[in-house]
Amino acid sequence: MMMTAHSSESEFGDLHRRLFILRVGLLLVVVLLGLRLWHLQIREGPYYRDLSENNRTRLVLLEPARGLIYDRHGVLLANNVPSFSLYVTLEDVKDREVLIQQLTDLLGFDPALVRKKMTAKGSKLLPRKIKDRMTLRDATLIESHRLDMPGVMIQVESQRNYPGGVTAAHLLGYVGEISADQLEKPEFIDLHQGSIVGQYGVEKSYDRHMRGMAGQKSVEVDALGHEKKASVVERPQAGNDLYLTIDVRLQKVAEDLLGEEQGAIVALDPNSGDILAMASRPGFDPNVLSRELTAKQWVEIVQDEGRPLNNRASQGQYPPGSTFKIPMAVAALETKTMSPASTVFCNGGYQFGKRLYHDWKVSGHGYVDLHNALVHSCDVYFYTIGQRMGIDVMAEFGKDFGLGKATGVELPSERSGIMPSTAWKQKAKNEQWLPGETISAAIGQGYVTVTPLQMASLVGTVANDGVSYRPRLVQAVMDRTSGNLQELPAVPRGKINAKPETFRIIKDALADVVTKGTATKAKSSMVTIGGKTGTAQVAALRTGPEENIPKKFRDHAWFVAFAPVESPKIAVAVLAEHMGHGGAAAAPLAKEVIETYMKLTPQVPAVTSDLSGGNGPAHSSKDS
Amino acid sequence: MIDRLTEHRGLDSFDIRYVALILAILAIGVMSIYSVAHGQGGTAPYYLKQLIWIGLGAAAFLVMWASDYHHLARFAYPAYAFILLMLVFVLFEGRTSKGAQRWIALGPLTFQPSEFAKLILVLVLAHYYSKAPRVGWLQRVIVPGLLVLPGLLLILKQPDLGSGLSFVAVYAAMLLMVGVRSQALGFILLFSIMLFPFAWEGMWGSLHDYQRQRIMAFVDPDYDPAGKGYHALQSKIAIGSGELLGKGLYGGTQSQLKFLPEGHTDFVFAVFAEEWGFLGVLVLLTLFVALIWLSLEIASKAKDQLGALLAVGIVAMLCFCVVVNIGMTAGMFPIVGIPLPLVSYGGSATIMTMASLGLLLNVKRKRLSLFY
Repeated sequence: MMMTAHSSESEFGDLHRRLFILRVGLLLVVVLLGLRLWHLQIREGPYYRDLSENNRTRLVLLEPARGLIYDRHGVLLANNVPSFSLYVTLEDVKDREVLIQQLTDLLGFDPALVRKKMTAKGSKLLPRKIKDRMTLRDATLIESHRLDMPGVMIQVESQRNYPGGVTAAHLLGYVGEISADQLEKPEFIDLHQGSIVGQYGVEKSYDRHMRGMAGQKSVEVDALGHEKKASVVERPQAGNDLYLTIDVRLQKVAEDLLGEEQGAIVALDPNSGDILAMASRPGFDPNVLSRELTAKQWVEIVQDEGRPLNNRASQGQYPPGSTFKIPMAVAALETKTMSPASTVFCNGGYQFGKRLYHDWKVSGHGYVDLHNALVHSCDVYFYTIGQRMGIDVMAEFGKDFGLGKATGVELPSERSGIMPSTAWKQKAKNEQWLPGETISAAIGQGYVTVTPLQMASLVGTVANDGVSYRPRLVQAVMDRTSGNLQELPAVPRGKINAKPETFRIIKDALADVVTKGTATKAKSSMVTIGGKTGTAQVAALRTGPEENIPKKFRDHAWFVAFAPVESPKIAVAVLAEHMGHGGAAAAPLAKEVIETYMKLTPQVPAVTSDLSGGNGPAHSSKDS
Repeated sequence: MIDRLTEHRGLDSFDIRYVALILAILAIGVMSIYSVAHGQGGTAPYYLKQLIWIGLGAAAFLVMWASDYHHLARFAYPAYAFILLMLVFVLFEGRTSKGAQRWIALGPLTFQPSEFAKLILVLVLAHYYSKAPRVGWLQRVIVPGLLVLPGLLLILKQPDLGSGLSFVAVYAAMLLMVGVRSQALGFILLFSIMLFPFAWEGMWGSLHDYQRQRIMAFVDPDYDPAGKGYHALQSKIAIGSGELLGKGLYGGTQSQLKFLPEGHTDFVFAVFAEEWGFLGVLVLLTLFVALIWLSLEIASKAKDQLGALLAVGIVAMLCFCVVVNIGMTAGMFPIVGIPLPLVSYGGSATIMTMASLGLLLNVKRKRLSLFY
């Protein structure tokens, strides 16, 4: 009955006996482990040493397919096309010089370049890329001679392709091999030498979404370096697709309108911030930049006088000129500096201290109220109200409209422009603000600078009665792994605190600018347009007529507009560099863009549009 | 009186030997991780992170050493309930890596509840068996078996075959220590688990490729997606090519050239064996055997049954991981994800192992001099 009377004591006694057995068993197992390792390392050691030195397994990376880019209607803007790359594993090459000779004979490679790539630092066991973007013919030629060239491997990879060429180049950007600096950064942690990443445009800002994940393949080669069998260790994961907000048809029209001139056109939907077109000229072909460029080609592009890589729409900073009178007018009404009816007498100049500030119209405008000051762009009126409000009040309103800070559009290196104030000058230049500078600023000259994108957003905000959205370029992301289309919501940026009446007065004035003011060239028979001209001074002193001035000192032409005036669907900013007056050079371009957009997206009367489920341009389906 | 006098002794030579062994094994681990992955892990390389884990582990070790295992045992059931909840959570919200969902993300850190579950299981079983004399099959085998089951199933669901097997090993070891009627049978069971690797070689070797793949696909579908024994072969080549003296630090071509995947985690032993040879392997094995020997010493001299069972459970867990990890890297056992204790890179495993060893030393600290 010992077993049933389980006293704790007897059990404890047993424990020691059992622990003894455990120790013996354990020693036995460890001895067996030791024997196994002895067998592996001592008895079969030389065999495994040999295997490791001639390890015939090569791990080859499988590059993922980069996500595609579409416009708002599903038109393809960037895709991948198969391309053949030539890899060489030095370990498997018998005679390097012979191989270089073979490649030169077969395909006309530059022997010096091939030699350089082969002698570059790196493992002998890992395949290295010698040539990419080979033609199918060349790749076939190599394949048929593969037995004569051990260590050579043809790999099919995908090459980024932009079917539209230069179209929307600044938005799309381009891709390129990851740089040494980028490899150090934490956001590129999963990448490796030779990975392709976005270097500009949405390719860069949405790189994380589009890049996908590389896979791996193990390739066994025989003793002669010939590929024997390959097995996929890990499949590559394709990147996600982007749906942009732009309409590529409108984009093309905008780019063609600028033609050979330098400048930018931005069109956006004020009801959502969707950028419908964003043109910058001169441009570049992203297909060329996405390739391996020679140093010479790169220098040529970078040193080009017209700076084609610069996206003038988001990175070009220009004085807004008279387009700045729009936020000035809002400020004057809201601060009650002026009532809509009160007038200022303009005799063609404004005396402040010792200096006379000219109006663009030498003879003067006579008595003008706010409406006429905007319609005829009277400078004296705005000198006066600027002087009354002071720079800091102007700055407050300017900032409300998004001036002096980046809009946050999804593009790299967006510039913020400058909305000066006394505090700004103290900080930036460590100098005091001079009263005369307020007067220049009142007509958008002096320190004030803006980007065309900021101006499009500004006029859109006015058109939308003060409600503004962050300008955006991407409306949806298609997740390749789950197959889900994730629509990105518009990003509200708040509402400008101003009376509806203020916006009504200003919009009326802007409509009259087009019908009978400084921008009659923007008058359309199709649609009502409201807008404001502007001229950004390039050189301070101007003498004689415009034609006599060398082109690079001529003024920039501005025009900002929205349409239709009654229920705005599009806001446009046009900046044409060195083209003189906004009314003549920029306004007709804005009109073209607006008319094109109206033709492309037939307007349905508001009531029926509601009934039909909202077919307005803001909701255009992506799969047409 | 005696109890009181002995209970609060500080370090003695035994403790120092014990701690020195642990530190020596940890140093080998950090060195091997440094060797294989010095350029990896971004701004915080793996070896640095491992040093941080060891620091946290040392803190856990000291806390356990300074505590009283009797108090800890009282919290065994609530702790087990908590860890079960974590295991449920990890199934739904956990981070997936290499096809298995084992991690919980805490800000930038992730931790693996299944590692901590092992130690808590030891506490639970020790507490259960020592609280009352457990008589008969029902109380001895079935009830603790039911205690083990939910944790085991949750871990297998992740899937984490390695941790699941450790669970079973801990249960089997503790069951045998309290004794079952057919003890002989039980010991055969335990040793067959331990000897399984050796038997496996013969049995596994006689199967056709596709049969093996079917079995492995059933047991652990995600571990070796190539399914061609790539991993096991590369590991064997790494160990074998080390020969007697090894290839020296950084000299391991298998691991340095990335033929051997997971060189800093589950396959760190292969890296060490490649670079330090059979001599290095003998040193490491000796260190492990010595550590386990001292731990068994603690078990046999424990003050009470609770202490003895805790010690046995921890030793069993440690032994199992060491044997199975080395066995799998040496190609004697199918590849299941079990890290080499104190050597493999990994926060949860390092901290848990060091905490367990601290608890062992606590059992020794509290023992009666009566047993001397």
